[in-house]
Order: sequence, then C-alpha cells, then structure tokens
Amino acid sequence: MIDTVDRAGDTPEVEQPYADLGLKPDEYERIRDILGRRPTSSELAMYSVMWSEHCSYKSSKVHLRQFGEKKPETDALLVGIGENAGVVDIGDGWAVTFKVESHNHPSYVEPYQGAATGVGGIVRDILSMGARPMAVMDPLRFGPADAPDTARVLPGVVAGIGGYGNCLGLPNIGGEVVFDDSYLGNPLVNALCVGAMRHEDIHLASAKGVGNLVVLYGARTGGDGIGGVSVLASETFDDEGPAKRPSVQVGDPFMEKLLIEATLEVLKSGLVEGIQDLGGAGISCATSELASNGEGGMHVWLDRVLLRDPTLSPEEILMSESQERMCAIVTPANIDAFLEHCRKWDVEAVVIGEVNDSGRLTIDWHDERIVDVPPRTVAHEGPVYERPFHRPQWQDTLQADTSDRLERPGADGLRDTLLELVAAPNLAGKSWITDQYDRYVLGNTVLAQPEDSGMVRIDEVTGRGVAISTDCNGRFAKLDPYTGAKLALAESYRNVCATGAVPLAVTNCLNFGSPEDPEVMWQFAEATRGLADGCAELGTPVTGGNVSFYNQTGETAILPTPVVGVLGVIDDVGRRTPMQWGPDGELIYLLGDTRDEFGGSEWAHLRGHLGGLPPQVDLQRERILGEILVAGSRDGMLTAAHDVSDGGFAMTIVEMALRAGIGARLWLPDGIDPFVQLFSESAGRAVVVVPRSEELRFSEMCGARGVPAHRIGVVDSELGPDAGYTEGTQVLQFGDYFTVTLDELRAAHERPLPALFA
Amino acid sequence: MSTRIGIVTFPGSLDDADAARAVRIAGGEPVALWHGDEDLKKVQAVVLPGGFSYGDYLRCGAIARFAPVMTKVIEAANAGMPVLGICNGFQILCETHLLPGALTRNDHLHFICRDQKLRIENTSSDWTRDFAPGQEIVIPLKNGEGGYVADEATLDRLEGEGRVIARYLEVNPNGSRRDIAGVCNERGNVVGLMPHPEHAVEDLTGPSTDGIFFFASALTSVLAGSHR
Repeated sequence: MIDTVDRAGDTPEVEQPYADLGLKPDEYERIRDILGRRPTSSELAMYSVMWSEHCSYKSSKVHLRQFGEKKPETDALLVGIGENAGVVDIGDGWAVTFKVESHNHPSYVEPYQGAATGVGGIVRDILSMGARPMAVMDPLRFGPADAPDTARVLPGVVAGIGGYGNCLGLPNIGGEVVFDDSYLGNPLVNALCVGAMRHEDIHLASAKGVGNLVVLYGARTGGDGIGGVSVLASETFDDEGPAKRPSVQVGDPFMEKLLIEATLEVLKSGLVEGIQDLGGAGISCATSELASNGEGGMHVWLDRVLLRDPTLSPEEILMSESQERMCAIVTPANIDAFLEHCRKWDVEAVVIGEVNDSGRLTIDWHDERIVDVPPRTVAHEGPVYERPFHRPQWQDTLQADTSDRLERPGADGLRDTLLELVAAPNLAGKSWITDQYDRYVLGNTVLAQPEDSGMVRIDEVTGRGVAISTDCNGRFAKLDPYTGAKLALAESYRNVCATGAVPLAVTNCLNFGSPEDPEVMWQFAEATRGLADGCAELGTPVTGGNVSFYNQTGETAILPTPVVGVLGVIDDVGRRTPMQWGPDGELIYLLGDTRDEFGGSEWAHLRGHLGGLPPQVDLQRERILGEILVAGSRDGMLTAAHDVSDGGFAMTIVEMALRAGIGARLWLPDGIDPFVQLFSESAGRAVVVVPRSEELRFSEMCGARGVPAHRIGVVDSELGPDAGYTEGTQVLQFGDYFTVTLDELRAAHERPLPALFA
Repeated sequence: MSTRIGIVTFPGSLDDADAARAVRIAGGEPVALWHGDEDLKKVQAVVLPGGFSYGDYLRCGAIARFAPVMTKVIEAANAGMPVLGICNGFQILCETHLLPGALTRNDHLHFICRDQKLRIENTSSDWTRDFAPGQEIVIPLKNGEGGYVADEATLDRLEGEGRVIARYLEVNPNGSRRDIAGVCNERGNVVGLMPHPEHAVEDLTGPSTDGIFFFASALTSVLAGSHR
C-alpha cells in the first residue's frame, strides 16, 4: 500500500526506519515538527538524503561560513557560493565556472564506475550553470604504490576517468597522483571541471514563474545509486523486485555527451528559465532545490518519470542517483521547442511537474499525494551542527618529532638521493596514467600535465584563456592543518602564476575523516580557517567546493587533505610560460629563500618519517613572487618557469630538463648545505629561465620587489664531453658534487608506474 | 569560392569542431553535415571525425555506418570524392568496406594518447599529396581500439599497391599490423587514418602543424579535379 499523506496523518504511531536511513532521533523529531505529523515514507526518504552530510553540509557549514565572511574584495565573482558552481568574470564578456568534487567512497567500492560517474557529476554541475564544459582535472590519492589493493583501485580509477572523460570529449589537463598509507582503505578520487560562457548565458537553479513546467530529461531513472533507501522500500512494501540494488551508479558517457549538446542548444535558444543537474539525492534534490530557490511551490506527478525498471517504488524513484539526468524549468510557450531539441539529440524528456505559488512541494503518485512539504526545509534548512573539536593530544608529540633525527646524506650521497627521489612513486613520471586521458580534444589545450597548471584557450580570436592547478600536501596538513591548507593554496596559486596567468578564484575539495571524531573535526576547523585566511590574504575568493567526510578505515582517518584548486586568467595564451627550457646559454634563476625545511617532505616520507612542522608559509611573499612570474611572462622576460615543491629544487630542475631534453650546469651557492639546497621543500620558490638579453631587466625587477633571485645555472646541451660523457649526451651538473645524464634520470623517472601497474 | 569540405557529426562525434578548424586553417570552408541528413550540401570532400559515434556501442563504427548521411557519403566516395576518416571515422570506413581491414582493441588494452611519429608512405592519395615522399611527421594519436588488422593477403596487397599511406615510427602504439597508421582505397580518394591530424594545426595547441598537410592535400585534390 502506498504511504500517502492522508495515511501518515491517520497513523502517527507507525514506526519508521529513520535510523537505518541515517537520521538521528532528534532529526526525525524535527521532521515531525515541521510537518505536524509523521512523514510519509517518501518524505522520510527525501529528508534522509537531503539532510545527509553529503547534501546538507551539516557538520561543515559553521566552518565554511568563513569563506564568505572573510571573502576578499573582488569584482571577479559573478555568482558566489551556494549555486551549483561559482562563476568568475575573466574579462571581455567571458565568464568561467569551475568546481571540484569528491567521489571517494564509490571509487573504492567499484573503481571504474565510481571514478567515471565522478567525472560525469561534476561536468553536469558546470553545465547547469549554462557553461560549455571545457576541461577536466583529477586530483587522486591512493594507498602505497606497491600495495596489492592499489593495483586493484588505481588502474580501475584511471580507466574510469579516461573511459568517461574521453568519450565525453573533454580534455583532461592535469591533476595529482599521490600515494600514502592512509589512503589504502579510502582512496580519494576528486574531479574538477571548468566551463566557459558569455556573461548573459549564466543560468541558475531556480523554479520561477507560476505555471512554468518542470522537465526531466536525459537518461531514464533506474534503481542504481539508491543506497539506504532500499531499506525503506523493503520496510514499506512486499517488494518482489531485486532485493539488493547496487549503490554505486553506473555511467553512460555517450548519454552525457548528448545531454551536454542538447542542454547547450536549449540554453542558447533561450528556452530555459532555470536548470539543475541531478546528482546526489536525484529528483529529491533537484525538485526541492529548484522550488526552494524559486517561487517556493511546485507540484510533481512522479508516475510520469520515465523508468528503466518499471518495478521501482516512488521512494526509490525519488532517491535514485541514476546518472545523466537534468531538470529544466520551461515556459508552456517554449515547451515544444525544448522537446524538439531533445528529440534531435535522441534525448528523452518528459514534463513531470509545474511551478506554483503554494509554498509547498507536492508530489503525487497515480493521483495519490505522497509528499507535501515546505521545500526550504528539505533543501536549505537542514540541521546544522556545532560538532565538538579539540586539538589532538598527539599533535605536540608529532610536531616535536622533527626530521632532524634522520640521517642525511653527505656530499657523496647526493646523487643517489636525487635518483631515489626521481623514482619515488609520488614524484615519478605520471604519463602512464595521463596518457590514458585525451588531452587534445576540443583543440584548445595549451598546457597539460606535467606542466604546473593546465591551460585552455577560451576565445579563439583573442587568445584569452584560463589556467588551473590543484594541489595539496596532506602530510603538511597533518603536521599543522592551518598551515597545511595555506601551503596547498600557496602551491596552487604559484603553479598558476608560473604559467603566466593571474589567479582569480579558488575552489576546494576538503577530504577528511569522521566529523564525529573531535580530533578530525579540529583538523577540519583549522584547515578551513587556514584556507579562508589564505584566500583573504591572496585576494582570491572561494567560489565553491565540496566537503567529503568519513574518509577513514576503522578508527584511522586519512591525512587531512584539503585539495585546493586555483583558477587564473591569461589575456593571451600565446604568451604562456611552459616548464620547458631552452636554448643554450639561457640563465637559470632560483627565486625565493631556501631554508632547512624537511618536515613532511618527500625525502622524509621515503624514510617512513612524518613529524616536525611543515615549511613556513608567507602569502604576502607568494603574492609578490606571483606578480614577478606574471610580469615576466607578460613582458617576455621568461623562457620557462616551474614551481619548487615536492622533492625540492633538484626535482624542479630534473623535471624541466627532462621536459626539454636539454642538460644544464648548476652551481650551488656557498654557505648553504648542498643537501638543503637541493632537497628542502621551502615554500615561496620557483625556478625561472631568462634569456641573457632580459637578465638585467629581470634581476632589477626582482630586486625592486625584494624577492631574492639567485643566478644558479645555465642551460647547456654541450656539457657531455666536459663531464666525461660522449658527445651529445645530455647532462645535469650540480656544482662540483655530481653529474647525472638525462637518460639515467628519465629511465628512473619513467619506469616506476608502468612497472607497478602496466 | 573556397573549397567546401563537409564534416559529419554523429551523436558522440567529438573532434568535429577540431576538424572544422583544421579545414579553415588549411584554407577550406568547413560545412557541417548531420548524421540524419541525406544531403551532402554540395561539399567537395568529406571528413568523418574522431569520437565515439553512437557511444561505440555494439562495435566502433558499426552503427554509424548505417546513418542516413553515410549512404550519400558512400555514393560520393565511390564516385571519387575525397573522404578522410580519422580514428572513429577510420573505423566507420572499415565498417562500410570502403576500406579493407578492421581496427581492434589496442594490444596493451589501454586507451593511449601520445604525440606519435609517422612516416608518410604514399604521396599520391587525395589526402597526402602535399607531403614529401617519406616525410616524417608528429601528430597526436589517441585511441582505445586502433590496432589495424587484416589478413596477410590483404596486407600484402595493400603494401604492393602502395596503399599504406602512413606508418608508425619508433613506437607501435596499438599493435597495428606492420605498423600501419593509415590506408587508402584503390583510387586513393578514400583515406583512413588512426592518428589525429586535426589536432596538429596550430603551434599553440598541437605538437606540430604537420596535420595541415592532410587538409591542404584535399584542397589541392579538389582543385586539380582529381575526384574523378
């Protein structure tokens, strides 16, 4: 029997499986208070998913407020936090929208589909703002590279990202791949998408205009991704259908491609009043959010929804997370034209509801009322928790255990240390992974992995484009979450500047353990505080993002991993600065100060050590360094640039040399331990390559701004014979300490990942 | 009047805009053709672009081959119109039997995207005549099912008739027999190519601009009236 509103009113005593759906007793009581009766099973299902941590941000909200409260003055933000994705003005009438989201848990259960649908979900978020998706990126975290389960998870995740993104026709322009013990039972699969549109094409998720129609279009609704709701359905019905449905959604990138093209056409033709993608919480989320943002009322005929499985119950239809679906608000006058565009692209569409001014979201199932709720209480007025948090007792011990106790190599051990780092899984070449992604499609990719940022051209006439980088060192964040978050921001910001783009805005994906653990909650509170403060200092507002809690195995949480994505604008992608240096005689400069900082470094990590403090972070210095990198690009003073981060200065040099295939002579300054010079991970540094003709102008600029610029080497392809190698051999010479050929470095750098996963 | 080159968009085509850009850069006029149309809009050559037509369901190119527009493309090809199939387009041309052989799953079983070195083996086809004999080029390659296969007799015949138009150098990225990257029909007007010349038409976005020569060759062919 259908659990109708009338029946719910008549049977207040019915016991409901709210706990199995993840609702707390007081949350259930609040629903009863809101409705003045017990919820129907459909209403209970809606509230349970919309009030889940994932949808409601109930544990994080009080902390995320800082991103708004501390927001720097900016003209760049056209749409702020709260919409599907923030929108940034990049000039010339162009706007871009970008966002990163997590798909961690599904990717552990079913790596291929979990990762694939992660890409699909974030792309629909961008699409629902009215933008044409332009590129994707994937920050990934796995357990140890040589762990058996990593061999299961990583190839599946990579194939899923490639399988979906490649078929969708979006270039994959970068991301991260990091290995650490803490991610073994809980990999992180984050997905970022960036899209572009003209200012006038921005669309929002709101159901405005009484009498307008609610159209559901795209894939049919199936029983996938329902999760806990099957509990409810089986409590309510003598269900003959499949007992256990997969809770991981299955993606169809071909349908998504059609959905993109159809959606862009209807948007461009002015046929859409409001639009929303269907992701987490499916129809429950789309209808309640659209109604809540609009006139406040909507009626839905749920039995009109096209189904893949005719046995689905209304509760399941409301909760289904079937992929590749969108919801649009269309005027009656435009509906025929809208449906015609859908037909052209072979996309099924059906009118499922109507906007009204009742202030209620009402849903009927074969003429029986199964939902009657105030939509704001579902979508926006969920519970908010002030979770208790405190600094872990072990934090002091951790910080006191510095890397000073590790034995450092002497002068004769530097070469081996470099070769060890070059081949470490976290630093080794990632092309085995990124070569499985199409980086060329759309023909606008100017820079892609392994460059510091991905860069795409937005306007083919003017060359205007954007650069994006995502970064986070979770080890730094573990040692000090506040500083760690700032360091993630600093690195991402620096990576964007290194390519010559001006940073404009920030997105984030905050991956943490359980918010019910006060120590994890402290990490989260500190990291959000650090990121909000950092964004204020750098003048780059947070435009949106995602929180992923409960990333832990048993009692052990992952490293706190606040992944930060920075987006920058470049007026002409033709002047971008690559990391590839070149011709002979150009001068290599190290910008910034190098200190003895190995806490959380890759070198310490390879020795199984995590302790001490992360590197110092000075965002005012980062800002000035960024200005120098951008000015150097704009005024044609730089041939190449590359940020210094994981693995230190030596790693930066190796990556630049391998990219160019050309050697160099480096001279290490006196007065600093060569080990520190080569491998310390001090922040606020970059390596730049300057043509001799620009040297004076460049060093004067650095001097005027007070940024140390150390002339530290020269590009030299003919070093081989002098260093004892055959003619033509490309060599890096590190002062009087050691030489190493690019062939040896390349072999060490490129071998590890294929050896582990191919 | 510039040469009209049609670019077919199937549901799931991805590189159609890239192909149009390449035609434009080469000096031609790109003309959008829709899979459901039965009209070639007076084009003088046709490009079947890369992508995943119809989701590559059933088998790559197997459904696209039956699209209404393909009836007209096949007729035109048989009448001598230059037709280039890139990647998924190559797969479609094999499914239509305008070209012999088939494209199979890469031997290493992964999708691969890389800057691929090629040697142009045939400079008499309608899509390669602007190259120098034996010219070596670098253009992007990206495919999951790009391994070219045919029986030995067919391969021998293709070699003997000079119908292997390009071969992989240094790395065979997908297990193609005899390193074959592209082939043409007997007349030389229909060419299938697994790598992507349309992604190598600008210094800014491609590994080279070598790809332009394919499109310029078609313009030369049309002007020479070689579509017999």
